[in-house]
Amino acid sequence: MVDREKRWRGTDRLEERGRPSRSLMVALLLACLTLITLDYHGGSSSPMEPVRRVVGEAFGPVETGTATAIRPFTSVPRWFRSHDALSDDIAKLQAENSRLRSEVNTAGYDRNRLAEFDGLTAAADDLGYALVPARVVGLGPAQSFSRTVTIDAGSRAGLRPDMTVLNNDGLVGRVLRVTNSTATVLLIIDGESVVGGRVGESMEVGFLHGRGVLGNDGRLDLELADESVVPAKGDTVVTWGSNGGAPYVSGIPVGRVTTVYSSLRETSQRAVIDPYVDFGALDLVGVVVPSGTSSDRAVIEADGSLR
Amino acid sequence: MTAVRAIVAFLAVSVALVLQVTLFPHLAWQGIVPNLCLLVVVAAALTRGPQFAAVLGFAAGVTLDLAPPADHVAGRWALALVVVGYVAGRMRQDVRPSATAVVATVAASSFVGTSVFALSGLVLRDPAMAVPDLLEVILVAVAWDVLLTPLVLPLVMAMFHRLEPARNP
Repeated sequence: MVDREKRWRGTDRLEERGRPSRSLMVALLLACLTLITLDYHGGSSSPMEPVRRVVGEAFGPVETGTATAIRPFTSVPRWFRSHDALSDDIAKLQAENSRLRSEVNTAGYDRNRLAEFDGLTAAADDLGYALVPARVVGLGPAQSFSRTVTIDAGSRAGLRPDMTVLNNDGLVGRVLRVTNSTATVLLIIDGESVVGGRVGESMEVGFLHGRGVLGNDGRLDLELADESVVPAKGDTVVTWGSNGGAPYVSGIPVGRVTTVYSSLRETSQRAVIDPYVDFGALDLVGVVVPSGTSSDRAVIEADGSLR
Repeated sequence: MTAVRAIVAFLAVSVALVLQVTLFPHLAWQGIVPNLCLLVVVAAALTRGPQFAAVLGFAAGVTLDLAPPADHVAGRWALALVVVGYVAGRMRQDVRPSATAVVATVAASSFVGTSVFALSGLVLRDPAMAVPDLLEVILVAVAWDVLLTPLVLPLVMAMFHRLEPARNP
């Protein structure tokens, strides 16, 4: 027995370099599990939130700086695109443009909304929101299975959690958390994102769930509350809006209905929405802030003026 | 020397993390980028052994879990990279590893690391994903990591060697 003990200890010493101390490994694994438990059960009041903020304060400016430094290089591939590819693009864009224009002209949503809210338009002008422009500086890897991005505007720019983020094309997502100079945005195609949506043609409401699928052709599922209404292919879906405009303000275009499924088991219609925003090429976005927010940069007011 | 080593190792991880979220998304395939933090941990494991690599893996994982734009449950990458540091460290021989051995170690580590992360997501339902999707991500991630190995590993391994030459030559 004693011999065996000695031999074991002897081998231990031989393999010292190859084998980490058991107590250290146990301590590290326990530390990981503790972190997971703390953060998992804490939810939004998780004790990790302040730590996230501190780490964000440190890494946010570095990410912004790096993204700014490499921007000239990341736009290089665009210079090398051939003339053919460009003229193809122009043809495609022109076709899409004319289609969109006709769509806008007949947009039932605007018509319906005007009829319903005609009396309120005067008040709505005063309720106007302003936009804080920001650029995407960091994208979460798909290996982390969540679709989030960092933008280069933070609390100094007037941002708070639960603000709507959009771009030229439509709804992008909402602000999850902010640091002084950056903010983390949850994209609407993330598997955990839920947005209240309204079908423009019928004014029916429902919920848009992100599918969390891979790739840049992210899709959303729309579940309508009323089972009798079947959304038509090509219908536009806009945000329904939440109380006080947080996390989503109303009337932001989200996407177009591509496929409709009716489920017999569940008493609701499910439609697949193709978002207007190209999530693979996100760059300039705007964050909806209350009009008159003080910011460290120019704010685009509702009437289009810069302040 | 230990403090310097720790600082330099953490700086390497930070650089890897920043490049991973800013530069590589422009080259990503379906949003999947090479996991540079994991490559740094593997390089540490191959030069300095599993103990150092596991500790570095923990530090790198926690940073990856908390730095923006991460939004998953904190501790998941930490767990994955501690396991990677340990596994890759155990593969190390006392001789200088050959190129094939390095590539094999990276492939195995990348598979194990991404799988541990994906499995922890399945257990916590954060978010609920289908297994075929998970497998696709894991395989592409392995391919990316192997592709980047010749560019990253020699550099980082040389850095760790310079920092402190192996204890028995």
